[in-house]
Amino acid sequence: MANYKLQINGKSYEVDVDEDTPLLWVLRDNLGLVGTKYSCGIAQCGACTVHINDEAVRSCVLPVSAVKNDKVTTIEGLSEKGDHPVQKAWEEVDVAQCGYCQAGQIMTAAAFLKKYPSPSDEEIVEGMNANICRCGTYHRIKEAVKLASAKTK
Amino acid sequence: MEKELKTNRRDFLKIFATAGGGLLIGFNWTGCDSPKMKVVSDEEVLNSALNFNSYLSISPTDHVVIFSPNPELGQNIKTSFPMIVAEELDVDWSKVRVQQAFLDTEKYDRQVTGGSGAMPHSWERLRTAGATARQMLMEAAAKRLGVSVSDLKTENGHVIHGSKKLTYGELANEAALIPVPENVKLKNINDFKIIGTPVKNVDNKAMFTGQPLYGLDIYREGMVHAMIQRPPFGMKLKSVDAEAVKQIKGVKDVLTFKNNVAIVGDSTWPLMKARKQLKVQYEPIDGKLESTAFHNQVFDEMLNTGKGDVKRQDGDVRTAFSSAAKVVKSEYQCPFLSHSPMEPMNFFAHVKADGVELVGPTQTPDRARNAAAEICGVSPDKVTVEMTRLGGGFGRRLRADFVEEAVELSKMLNAPVKLTWSREDDITGGAYRPAVKYRFEAALDKDNKLIGYKLRGVGINAGNCTRENNFPSGSVDNLLIESLEYKSPITTNAWRAPITNFLAFAEQSFLDEVAEAAGKDPVAFRLELLDRAKSNPVGEIHYDIDRMRKVVETVAEKSGWGNKQGVSQGISVYFSHRSYVGQVAEARMVNGAPVLDKIYAVTDCGIVVNPTGADQQVRGGMVDGMGHAMFTNMTFTDGISDQKNFDSYRLIKMKEIPEIETHFIDNGIDPTGLGEPALPPTGGAIANAIYKASGKRVRNQPFMEQEEMKNVKLADPA
Repeated sequence: MANYKLQINGKSYEVDVDEDTPLLWVLRDNLGLVGTKYSCGIAQCGACTVHINDEAVRSCVLPVSAVKNDKVTTIEGLSEKGDHPVQKAWEEVDVAQCGYCQAGQIMTAAAFLKKYPSPSDEEIVEGMNANICRCGTYHRIKEAVKLASAKTK
Repeated sequence: MEKELKTNRRDFLKIFATAGGGLLIGFNWTGCDSPKMKVVSDEEVLNSALNFNSYLSISPTDHVVIFSPNPELGQNIKTSFPMIVAEELDVDWSKVRVQQAFLDTEKYDRQVTGGSGAMPHSWERLRTAGATARQMLMEAAAKRLGVSVSDLKTENGHVIHGSKKLTYGELANEAALIPVPENVKLKNINDFKIIGTPVKNVDNKAMFTGQPLYGLDIYREGMVHAMIQRPPFGMKLKSVDAEAVKQIKGVKDVLTFKNNVAIVGDSTWPLMKARKQLKVQYEPIDGKLESTAFHNQVFDEMLNTGKGDVKRQDGDVRTAFSSAAKVVKSEYQCPFLSHSPMEPMNFFAHVKADGVELVGPTQTPDRARNAAAEICGVSPDKVTVEMTRLGGGFGRRLRADFVEEAVELSKMLNAPVKLTWSREDDITGGAYRPAVKYRFEAALDKDNKLIGYKLRGVGINAGNCTRENNFPSGSVDNLLIESLEYKSPITTNAWRAPITNFLAFAEQSFLDEVAEAAGKDPVAFRLELLDRAKSNPVGEIHYDIDRMRKVVETVAEKSGWGNKQGVSQGISVYFSHRSYVGQVAEARMVNGAPVLDKIYAVTDCGIVVNPTGADQQVRGGMVDGMGHAMFTNMTFTDGISDQKNFDSYRLIKMKEIPEIETHFIDNGIDPTGLGEPALPPTGGAIANAIYKASGKRVRNQPFMEQEEMKNVKLADPA
């Protein structure tokens, strides 16, 4: 066990966990930030996506010891009032079915749009393809990313 | 037409308490009060709301709390059910706040999510609940104003008399005391204001900001985390060496029960680590362990020589086939499938001295309650079940195995327990879509008329793997449908659109093969058979011929059937879990490979309650049907699946979806469900389009792993 200081959603946290503990489980089990979801545990589905600085990262395979002073953003901290353009687009397009993967989809989309503010359809598919939605909401995810891109312009 | 309905006793047990019952996880308001208005807190509304019936309470603050009784797993029932209540209550949707109800068998009937059955079951109940409260509000207003009820009308949460307007909130206290009327009038469906309009998912805000909603999000004071190592199918526990594991920090104990080895601790990660170091030995229960090669052998042996259970027999197939000018024969096969919802199985159980508290994702809360009651030897009324939102279900959460495990552990540990399945546990843990093989035969006479039809199916733990009354039953003089079952230790369960999730693909592909053999256009061939069933039906007919015909014609029209250059179309039409669905897939050859461009879907589910939700269900069902038909395989070696996580258990991704265009035949008929209907026909439409484009007939799933598709690469449709 070791002590880790983490910068998450603009706040400082301290946790005492094993160094190999994935950030996902620190967020969920130690810090009560349950918006980041567990689904595969092997970085195959994207449900656990968070931002490390501005990069979308799969927190289920990221050991807490690797986070260091990097700025972590989770779905809870993406915006103060839930009004990030991507969140608003998700609401407007009514994207979700079961909704379990959507926090990860939103975090992936937000990081993607930061890098590519005006993506083509092909680029959106490329950027979002590695996030699985078992309910098959892919058409609406695509539409919402487009809308979010238009909103930020 | 206005309908008059008797009120159902159960739905109108009056409870003159407030709406409360404690704030639930997942409790959140749909209300989007205008910013100009005073924001009323959730607690204020709940604490002041007066209960009118099982489905709704009205607060003097003018807010209406509508209770959604059925588990929500993505079928959007938590939005569509309250819409129906609000419609008949005649209230402004922005004043509605939705709360997931607990299991309550006194207040509600059928708190189940499965079989696309909730909408047909509850349509009138929900309307009546709204209409009854509206009637009581009008009677209260009549009393207060000293006028007759017939001089009153309602609009947007107000009772109106001439220029006088009373809000429902003002009347709530008096109205709640009015005796429940025995008969109420329902709205004319042409007067609907909420039903038929796109209403967004009531949990959107909570889902998109990461609020705790799901079973895995449950954390309670003093709670113990648990994970379980289960035996492969056909094996039992022989020995456990848990010494090393017990040394891991965060692991509290290792327990065995019913061939399971449970590791418990104070958080999830130490348990996941411990799983890898745990040394468990298993031994076969009766000496033989099953693998896929063995299942293939079973299929062929039973299809060839097994005694089938005759499910339907019309005319004389023997004579028909011996006199046939042409016989078409084909076999279709599918693998087992895991449900693999994105949220793995989990449950919270707290066995206490005076009862059991259960919280979590279940499609059958009543089954969960009864299972807990039996394990603990208490009566079911000592068990409470709080349903969280489900991160998908697809039928897997109809079972209560994960609830039973959590209860067993809580009982043994005398502590509240959250049981978490890993993804590997979920995929290897059974209750699969059964593997099935079908043999179809069709007899055509010299005029290419279909005179005989045979289906013989073998399923592994599939029960009846046929649906003997499916089209084309009723349109063929001589027909024989037989089902055979092989019993295996590999567990199976209903999987979204049970049996039909594969059968429809096989039937609709085979019909395409028969149409081709008969030299007929697949649409014309289906219409010819429907005409025959209508004019001169053979035996019982279990589908509505006119509704099916309408769907065939509409999907042909919408897709421009037969009128497109350079595009190969495949059709599939199905009476599907109470709704009617027709789909046309379009493929094009690009560099020698078929590219799937688009699928048209026409659905008749009667009245479309929520167009945005309905479109979602149809799209999602089609993507699900397509993904599993094309990509997902599950094979077995010695009683355990070879695929254990999403790296090898292949789900469809965004790159692989074609464009989908949905249409609905909104015909005013009472609505049926949409959770399942769009899935079954999709595989057939795709396979028929691929055949038309490439000449490759793919009969086994997953398509992409078949010999026929070996040199065929479905090009990226993006």
